[in-house]
Amino acid sequence: MTNETLLTLSGLTKQFPGVLANDNVSFEIKKGEIHALLGENGAGKSTLVKIIYGVNKPDAGTMLLNGIPFSPTKPSEARAQGIGMVFQHFSLFEALTVAENIELGISPELAKNGLRERIIDMSKQYGLELDPDRLIGSLSVGVRQRVEIVRCLLQDPQLIIMDEPTSVLTPQEVDVLFQTLQRLRNEGRSILYISHKLEEIRALCEHATILRGGKVVATCTPAEESAKSLAEMMIGSSLTLPQRETNTPGDVRLSVEHLSLKNEDPFGADLQDINFEVKSGEIFGIAGVAGNGQNKLMEALIGERFCDGASKIQLDGKEITRSGPNDRRKLGMCFIPEERLGHGAVPDMSLWENTIVTARERRQLSNKGFINIGAAHEFAEQVVNDFDVRTAGIEHAARSLSGGNLQKFIVGRELLQSPAVLIASQPTWGVDAGAASSIHQMLLKIAREGTAILLISQDLDELFAISDRIAVIANGKLSKPENVKDLTIEKIGLDMGGQSQESEIHAEA
Amino acid sequence: MLKLERRKEPSKFMLYVTPFVAVVLTMLAGLLLFLLLGKAPVQAITLIYFTPLTSIFSLTELAVKATPLILIAIGLSFGFRAGIWNIGAEGQFIMGAVCGGAVALALYEVQGIWVLPLMCVAGIIGGMLWAAIPAYLRIRFNANEILVSLMLVYVATLLLSILVHGVLRDPDGHNFPESRLFHDSATLPILIENTRAHLGIIVTLVVVVIAWVFVQRHIIGFQIKALGDAPRAAKFAGFSENRIIWLCFLTSGALAGLAGLFEAAGPVGQLVPALPVGYGFTAIIVAFLGRLNPIGIFLGGLLMALTYIGGEGAQIAMSLPSATTSVFQGMLLFFLLATDILINFRFRWISKKPDSLEPAPVSLQQAE
Repeated sequence: MTNETLLTLSGLTKQFPGVLANDNVSFEIKKGEIHALLGENGAGKSTLVKIIYGVNKPDAGTMLLNGIPFSPTKPSEARAQGIGMVFQHFSLFEALTVAENIELGISPELAKNGLRERIIDMSKQYGLELDPDRLIGSLSVGVRQRVEIVRCLLQDPQLIIMDEPTSVLTPQEVDVLFQTLQRLRNEGRSILYISHKLEEIRALCEHATILRGGKVVATCTPAEESAKSLAEMMIGSSLTLPQRETNTPGDVRLSVEHLSLKNEDPFGADLQDINFEVKSGEIFGIAGVAGNGQNKLMEALIGERFCDGASKIQLDGKEITRSGPNDRRKLGMCFIPEERLGHGAVPDMSLWENTIVTARERRQLSNKGFINIGAAHEFAEQVVNDFDVRTAGIEHAARSLSGGNLQKFIVGRELLQSPAVLIASQPTWGVDAGAASSIHQMLLKIAREGTAILLISQDLDELFAISDRIAVIANGKLSKPENVKDLTIEKIGLDMGGQSQESEIHAEA
Repeated sequence: MLKLERRKEPSKFMLYVTPFVAVVLTMLAGLLLFLLLGKAPVQAITLIYFTPLTSIFSLTELAVKATPLILIAIGLSFGFRAGIWNIGAEGQFIMGAVCGGAVALALYEVQGIWVLPLMCVAGIIGGMLWAAIPAYLRIRFNANEILVSLMLVYVATLLLSILVHGVLRDPDGHNFPESRLFHDSATLPILIENTRAHLGIIVTLVVVVIAWVFVQRHIIGFQIKALGDAPRAAKFAGFSENRIIWLCFLTSGALAGLAGLFEAAGPVGQLVPALPVGYGFTAIIVAFLGRLNPIGIFLGGLLMALTYIGGEGAQIAMSLPSATTSVFQGMLLFFLLATDILINFRFRWISKKPDSLEPAPVSLQQAE
């Protein structure tokens, strides 16, 4: 690592309606370093990198690139000056090949002569194996990310911005990515690495800048900090980690046998012969990279779609395979879907109206078809108070809440129905660390009280923190569940890549 | 510079204010229009909007016009809330008149207090059956209900024409294409003597109240709203989309059919090819003018009826073109849709900063 500075940010400020996204942000990125940008959701990380990448213009402040004033007005200008970006959500066309996608995303001069060969050279050079003629739709998420990285590297960038690159990868893929990043650093390139996964930042980054509420609150050398101290800098208060007591699971409450379901999306995974049981007091985790059938499994368990053929779902011994969502709720199932706005809640309806979406049976919010407005108001108030939902009032529309607050509202709405079985998909996705920790506590608490919980998550830390048993879903098949204490991240990682074919044949409880 | 900025949630205030703003803008545009035509603008606007309110007779005419508009619009509003677009209320209106009228003609020799209720039931069933066609095709084949329901309007119009030229033609009518006049038992009782104000007006008021209760208080109204706002959330809540489609189509068909029967058994008193005068289409404007809310639709229906009555009055008094009424109705919908943007957006004045930096680009996309 040299001591030359590549990019200097000074006093960057960006105001959006109602929120100061960046407030006088200043720091430096050196040549040949991996610099972490840490912060919770809404801390202003995205706004900041959009300023560097020329998507947003700052209201005040300046940037120097190699000592020269730098103010890109659009991404192509930033790219021309050596800034590259790999987005969290890929911008790839599934129906086109790797080479076609790359050609579309770079400047026309670069796309000329011998692009295919250069793609192959580049991917070999950095250990990012790619076949330029494969369709994107047929590639796993990890390989798609390689396409994005190669596309970025073809422009020979000095600074590469990576937004949450590991959130979609298996642990093994993460290792490969880290090797690539270290090679790029050794070539003298700089990387601005955005993440909230603290362990990987400690392993990878030389420096870290921590944002909170749009301001730089700390800079540090991550290797000298603990994950806990980094987290506390991020959230600005001390953190209590979830406490799990060993409990003995009771009777089987949810049992799923031979569940199969075709996916209507040609690039999506079909569910194939999924078997598992969840017992009273147990948290059963399902790990897996996004897009491996989690959404279909959720639909099948909610009852939004009925499964094929020999599938059988039982709740407390009663068959519910052909029951709709409402009948399942009556029998004691509650659900927290991954998407809050538009699935878990109706965006334009008020919070109290949104209680009626799922709680009308179990909380008697309607009587002979007529809505009991008083009861719905009361229940909404209870959710808001008990779960610390920050809102100006229950008359406000669901879409006016921030993502984390709406999630707390939805979690609260389901937990307060005292479910027999709770199915939760990504319950802490996009929620700040404090709220995530309190959601984990709540889940542990209702599990102690006898609820059987199925937790579908892509966050391995979350699964290891609160689950009793974990299985992995890969390509629509579920691996054999294992007790958490018998599992390692590496083992799970292999399953997530779909490599342990023999273990998926059947999974008894 | 002036910038449109998305609101965090829809403004309730604007929701209720913009219909009035639209009415005022329509009047202003009307003033301008008459000025350009060389007609006395203030006199024309007065004739259209105020003169009809000054006599009992024109007030009852107002109610007679408003009745079918309100009935149909209330039925349509259910579907529109759910994102189900029944554009063919005109056809369901005709089929209601045909079925109810056929009962009246079949019982031509029979007197009795039960004749009229039987006609109403037949009218409702006729409208429902006609509306069931697009509903079934949408559910079974995912056919576009807008096109199907609209096409069926023309089928219904021609069917009415065939019938009054054929089996339903008045045997003593010198071959005119119209049915016999309905006899007393088959005609709606008149509420105020020497006017055309009929019992259907009372029925409409009752329907408004019942619809309001359903929309505001009943789980069915909630389901319809949820399906319109967020179909996936409605599914998550356990509401069946197909059931809601059936419900919305059958309700709007029933009310349009009833309106058609009221028209045939009320002001017209027989079946004629000219029975449909576009209430089924104008009711679409009424539904939106009334914010898809039964009380709003009630007021919107009265306003729209006013433009009919006033427009006719102004045509006669000032020899204005007959398109005046349609132009006013069109302008009203146009201004309503235009001002509706203020429900979800607001204007903000952005001053240019005397900064070393260039002003921030104006855009809507960066709200995140």
